[in-house]
Amino acid sequence: MNQVIHDPAWIDSTLIAARPQAVSALLRYFRDMDAAEEAYQEACLRALRNWPQNGPPRDPVAWLILVGRNAALDGTRRQSRNVALPPDELISDLTDAETPLVDRLDDSHYRDDVLRLLFICCHPELAATQQVALALRIVSGLSVAQIARAFLTSDAAMEQRITRAKARIAKANVPFETPGPIERGERLAAVATMIYLLFNEGYTAGNDPARASLCDEAIRLARLLLRLFPTEPEIMGLTALMLLQQSRLSARFDDAGEVILLENQDRALWNAKLVNEGIALLDKAMRNNRPGPYQVQAAIAATHARAPEFTETDWAAIDALYAALERMQPSPVITLNRAVATAKLHGPEAGLAMIAPLEKALSGYFHYFGARGAFLLQLGRTAEARTDFDRAIALAGTPAQASHIRRHLDRLMQDQI
Amino acid sequence: MLYTLLCYNKEDVVWSWSKEEDEAVMNRLGVVHERLVKEGKLGPALRLLPTTTATTLRGPDMVIDGPFAETKEQLLGFYVIDVPDLEAALAIARELSAANPTSVYEIRPVALYLPEARANPPTDRVKAY
Repeated sequence: MNQVIHDPAWIDSTLIAARPQAVSALLRYFRDMDAAEEAYQEACLRALRNWPQNGPPRDPVAWLILVGRNAALDGTRRQSRNVALPPDELISDLTDAETPLVDRLDDSHYRDDVLRLLFICCHPELAATQQVALALRIVSGLSVAQIARAFLTSDAAMEQRITRAKARIAKANVPFETPGPIERGERLAAVATMIYLLFNEGYTAGNDPARASLCDEAIRLARLLLRLFPTEPEIMGLTALMLLQQSRLSARFDDAGEVILLENQDRALWNAKLVNEGIALLDKAMRNNRPGPYQVQAAIAATHARAPEFTETDWAAIDALYAALERMQPSPVITLNRAVATAKLHGPEAGLAMIAPLEKALSGYFHYFGARGAFLLQLGRTAEARTDFDRAIALAGTPAQASHIRRHLDRLMQDQI
Repeated sequence: MLYTLLCYNKEDVVWSWSKEEDEAVMNRLGVVHERLVKEGKLGPALRLLPTTTATTLRGPDMVIDGPFAETKEQLLGFYVIDVPDLEAALAIARELSAANPTSVYEIRPVALYLPEARANPPTDRVKAY
């Protein structure tokens, strides 16, 4: 008997990994989210009973789909005629029952199923936070309590948010036909946005482990998407971007939970494994000559990752990459980021000039006043710098952001004494 | 005789391991590696990045994003090359492909490389044929 199957952790991780593909295939059969979820639950229960005794099936995903579907059909028949299907123990032994199913569920099926499931979660009628919560519940299989903790809200509020989101998409009528190339591209773009949103939820939360785990989940979904769509440079770019940002996790906060800026991070703490994977993916993406915003952002992150020290950062490359990003997605926030690189290259005066026209658009944006305060501070205009830092603190979204600016202010105070 | 041991697993599961889980496995493997090095049995070893980072060359002019996905062919051998980027790796793969046009070359970046650590590695035990 295979030894590994007695390890409950192996079964757990297999069930977690199989979930997106299994639930999305069951959704195609039942065309009903609740039915698909219930069928998958039942299949998992049976796997927990069956696998330790009979050994792992050759293809766990196909097993779960087949057993989940049969369990649901079994339930229906029991209600109507009391005729049962063959027991699961037989299914896992009968390779001939498994083989045709595996053949039918080849990658082309899986990929549109998974994409559909993710796409349903990012329906435009749902608010961004609803999309992310729904994807975590349905695609990732996180419990309502886990999601509530990640979003710093009560279980009851999260339950309600997810129930409402489900009711909305039930009415939305997402088509089940295989999407055409244009529609597939649109779905991929919407799903990529949702995955990046999920990542950012975790990233801004920083050192809270329950929320930071959202980053891992986003990376897991992106890798899944990439396995299903291996030739999409923007999906490579998105995955690379998240891997490169996540590589800095251990270096981003000090023991007190305060933010450590890129320039002060201990680069030895960066996760080299994630950096290598991110750079390898970006390298591959760029060979396609189909640039996009995720690839450019990943290239910016990779430029930082390649610099052994902050002082060795290739600011000219970063400035050029932000300029490219500005052309693709004109946005004052991107210009603000570019200004930081420009200031490194041409001095704080140049940075200040670049962001001067943005004040109106970014009057409610923490980083605008943080960055402008820093430029002013470098130019010795301390009174103006202080005003900006005060405004930044008022706009801070997290305690870590506020305390970071407060340290600037403390330094200003000390300099004056 | 020299042998190659090829390790297979579900990469979606393995690459979702937490840092602790991954380290636990690597530490257990490390104990075995260390003993094998002492016994003079371990040559170079390496861990590959996931297949999402793979590129496949089918003939000198056909580059495909993604891993080698056919089951008709079998793994016959591999090279470890040290080059700055994928483009340079592809250039070498193209040369090999031109010399051996029916073979497919999958290019996989290496995540972890353990170089030859024995005092007296073999030099002539496997003759070129």
